[in-house]
Amino acid sequence: MIIDAWVTELLLPFLGDYAAWAGTFIDLMIKIVAIVLPLMLCVAYLTYAERRVIGAIQLRIGPNRVGAKGLLQPIADALKLLLKEVIIPAEGNRFLFVIAPAISLLAALIAWSVIPFSPEVVLADINAGLLFVLAATSLGVYGVIIAGWASNSKYAFIGCLRSAAQIVSYEIAMGFALVTVLMASGSLNLSAIVNAQAGATFLSWFWLPLLPMFVVYFISGVAETNRAPFDVAEGESEIVAGFHVEYGGMAFAIFFLAEYANMILISALTTLLFLGGWLPPFDFAPFNWVPGAVWFIFKICFLLFCFLWFRATFPRYRYDQIMHLGWKIFIPLTIIWLIVVGLWMRTPLWLW
Amino acid sequence: MLNEYLPILLFIGVASVIGVAPVLLGMVLGPHKPDVYKNSPYECGFEAFEDARMKFDVRYYLVAILFILFDLEIAFLFPWAIMLKGDTIGAAGFWAMMLFLSVLVIGFIYEWKKGALEWE
Repeated sequence: MIIDAWVTELLLPFLGDYAAWAGTFIDLMIKIVAIVLPLMLCVAYLTYAERRVIGAIQLRIGPNRVGAKGLLQPIADALKLLLKEVIIPAEGNRFLFVIAPAISLLAALIAWSVIPFSPEVVLADINAGLLFVLAATSLGVYGVIIAGWASNSKYAFIGCLRSAAQIVSYEIAMGFALVTVLMASGSLNLSAIVNAQAGATFLSWFWLPLLPMFVVYFISGVAETNRAPFDVAEGESEIVAGFHVEYGGMAFAIFFLAEYANMILISALTTLLFLGGWLPPFDFAPFNWVPGAVWFIFKICFLLFCFLWFRATFPRYRYDQIMHLGWKIFIPLTIIWLIVVGLWMRTPLWLW
Repeated sequence: MLNEYLPILLFIGVASVIGVAPVLLGMVLGPHKPDVYKNSPYECGFEAFEDARMKFDVRYYLVAILFILFDLEIAFLFPWAIMLKGDTIGAAGFWAMMLFLSVLVIGFIYEWKKGALEWE
């Protein structure tokens, strides 16, 4: 807001009536860059963290050559991919082929516009926040479908069908889990959802009354991002890389970024919805001296570590097992728990 | 009201640029030496037998249709779920949604028994 007023004053002699608009525009752009730039850095270093963590779990060292302790590895990777040829396969659809990775990344990024980092620190504090998040994350499947179709390759086509079916299946379980959160919080606004979890200890967060939903939501998140152990879509031994097999160079890098940005988004949403967002685990000193954003980032990092841990620990599911888990276990479980929470809230035993 | 959504619109613009610009930059900076074999779709060293836009299993359609049904159901549940806290809609509101859910659960059981969820 200070930048807003300052820019408006600066531009007043040149633009006249439009100065206020320009001021708002520049103010918003600065805020957007302040969200997106650190986010892209986090994505880059998540790839590094993944290689180091999985290396450590498998008793290897991982990347340690580029820069001190390999810290420049993601930057070297990005530069290398930037200088590689972007191949557009013959008979593929050129336009769709190029925009497919952009759609994937768009879906992974736009939800961040409504995520509150600490009280009052949010770009767009809209009252339909969670509805927007649900809509934005649903867009991701278009990137997958378009990529698979535009490539005109059989592996890409089979991979995109499998991926899309898997993503939409788990989205239902995620949607039902979101409904239970809405029931407990009574608001669609993400800040209000976090405030509804405020209390003396971490027992007042929604993970406790909604424990099965918390587990379902996070596992569905792993499946949504096509991460191991649900990564049949890119099962190397059967369909090479799935929907992005024909992509190379920077076009592939965008898909890669989108996948990791999605992981961070799922972790952030799980934190906001079930783990109390920026709230400290105990609301007394020294825990509430730490700024809320630090707790928020700490919780996200823990969940991201779980993503990497799962990948290093679990063997890959078979495709029919994935669909079985999504449709026959998660969906009935979420419907039952929705009814249980509904009934529970009508009794005096509901303490949240 | 709409002012709150302006940042989202700008964010979509910025995110699209981040998605497209690196690809275009990569096309400019990277080499560009196409040949027939490099541009042919990848198929284990074979030449592609036919077009890749082939027939596929009908179950993928089925999953998509069921997804639309259930996603709509979730959209219907959203406003109800918000009003549930504080008992604004009362017992009647609660049981009305339970009735709606039971209809959907019957449908779900039917599709399960019909084998729509089987992947052998």
